[in-house]
Amino acid sequence: MFRQKPRYVALPQAARATVGEEVDRLSCPKCEIALEPARLEAAHRVCYRCGYHFRLRAGERIEMLLDPNTFEEEGQDVVATDVLGFNDSQPYVTRIEKSRAETGLNEAAVWGEGVVGGHRVVTVVLDFAFMGGSMGAATGEKITTAIERAIHRRLPLIIVSASGGARMQEGVLSLMQMAKTSAALGRLAAVRVPFFSLLTDPTMGGVTASFASVADVILAEPGAMIGFAGSRVIQQATYETLPEGFQTAEFLLKHGMIDMVVPRAELPATFRQLLDLYDHQPVEPAQPVEAPVPATRPAIVP
Amino acid sequence: MSANGSGPASAWTQVELARHVDRPYSLDYIQAIFRNFIELHGDRLFGDDHALIGGPASLDGQTVMVIAQQKGRTTAERALRNFGMANPEGYRKALRLVRQAERFQFPIIAFVDTPAAFPGAGAEERGIAWAIAENLVAFSQLAVPIVTLVVGEGGSGGALGIGVGDRLLMMEHSIYSVAPPETCASILWRDISHKVEAAEALKLTARDLHGLGLVDEVVPEPVGGAQNDYGLAADAAGAAVRRHLSALTAIPIARLLQERYERYRRIGLSPAQPSVKTVRRARQP
Ligand SMILES: [Zn+2]
Repeated sequence: MFRQKPRYVALPQAARATVGEEVDRLSCPKCEIALEPARLEAAHRVCYRCGYHFRLRAGERIEMLLDPNTFEEEGQDVVATDVLGFNDSQPYVTRIEKSRAETGLNEAAVWGEGVVGGHRVVTVVLDFAFMGGSMGAATGEKITTAIERAIHRRLPLIIVSASGGARMQEGVLSLMQMAKTSAALGRLAAVRVPFFSLLTDPTMGGVTASFASVADVILAEPGAMIGFAGSRVIQQATYETLPEGFQTAEFLLKHGMIDMVVPRAELPATFRQLLDLYDHQPVEPAQPVEAPVPATRPAIVP
Repeated sequence: MSANGSGPASAWTQVELARHVDRPYSLDYIQAIFRNFIELHGDRLFGDDHALIGGPASLDGQTVMVIAQQKGRTTAERALRNFGMANPEGYRKALRLVRQAERFQFPIIAFVDTPAAFPGAGAEERGIAWAIAENLVAFSQLAVPIVTLVVGEGGSGGALGIGVGDRLLMMEHSIYSVAPPETCASILWRDISHKVEAAEALKLTARDLHGLGLVDEVVPEPVGGAQNDYGLAADAAGAAVRRHLSALTAIPIARLLQERYERYRRIGLSPAQPSVKTVRRARQP
């Protein structure tokens, strides 16, 4: 039998100017100093003066988190379908196509196997640049497939979230991805495979209220906005004055909702430490995975 | 409501009916369908939530665990019930009760009627998202049959927080949505006045969701809506709940859990649907 060649995928890093990230202004939104692009890149896009964490694209996240050249992307061809025929100011299909062109991704979630700190893991990264990282059916499908891979291969799971929540254009189909991903994580927990969730700016709504918050260990980047309802919605509903630092990673740490706030530069070492403690399996070489096709797996044509 | 149940006016009509002030609320159904309902209180962590209630009750001699989102009718009741919007305590109380139900092998009947989980600073501080997420995992694994009935508003994650189960039934004029049409309009149309179109686009009516295969049964309401005859509405709801529960009770638990998993697992991708063109990225050899 032929062994499939590992696919080391170069995720696109370009087109940054079109996705509206603050770095294009080359000044820090927090301390307002002018930033040198090269120095900022070298610091994994953390302001080298005040520590402000810029958002990362999925490819950048994978590059900073995983051991070099170990990521093999899966499920690239899982794409959203416009089941509802949704059309607001523009058709949903147009919005998806625009997001594809701008981000070079097919969906808001990127997943695959890779190695972190010498441990083979399954990892999922959400990219906020793709429709606000929102969870549509294809997004939920990729996340669930990744969880099922972790179950079948007994590999630790790392999910990096960055999302506004559910994808409205897919209605209840989107909402139900919360249940789908959570049910899969229940099975992962049952087979005693560790799951580490990294919350990055921003993680909100249905993503926080499902897979992102049921991990064995929850980490967050400094200053990340994390919560369920948006602060504007809360103010409109309750007229409450929101406390200083409301819904930041530090706020959640204080209230006991997450385990730790970890600066980006320390993340690889922190994950390595966690994996050393929780994962006792030796690194296996990458193998083509065959059997674990669940009976219910939708017929997605690759 | 138009005969074919389509068109913007009809979706919005359903929204208005689902929110009708005279519509029967969960306790109206509970009192009509069950005997000996006794409400249990508190999450054993922080407080008691009057927007999300529950306790054991008898259904034809069998004990079941009832959990329900409850709205208020008078001004005082509405304040007490927080307009049916639960805090984390509500979801955690529900979790306590369904775990108890599993231990005693009581089937679970969940009544959904909420605009949303409560968007408040305290709810965020006490981890509303964490409470809902924990319920999603727990409900997907509870080794007892679960029947969910949406009686009014199925509001997003707030509804799903007690809404994972083996059967999803909806009253004819109830709705279930990923977001309120008003929110959807203000985000996607940038204008709340587009709520009527948003309601249509979201496919939030019982009939639409049945058509999408997400709902097992649409329970008929009296002409004009359940507010016109509580008794008829509750009879229809009770009959549907009994029928589905007895079908579920006959299924061995391992198979029931597998079917519950698959029920959610298959929601989403349908290869028959036209998809947009795929961007193929270069793969290094
Ligand atoms: Zn700075």
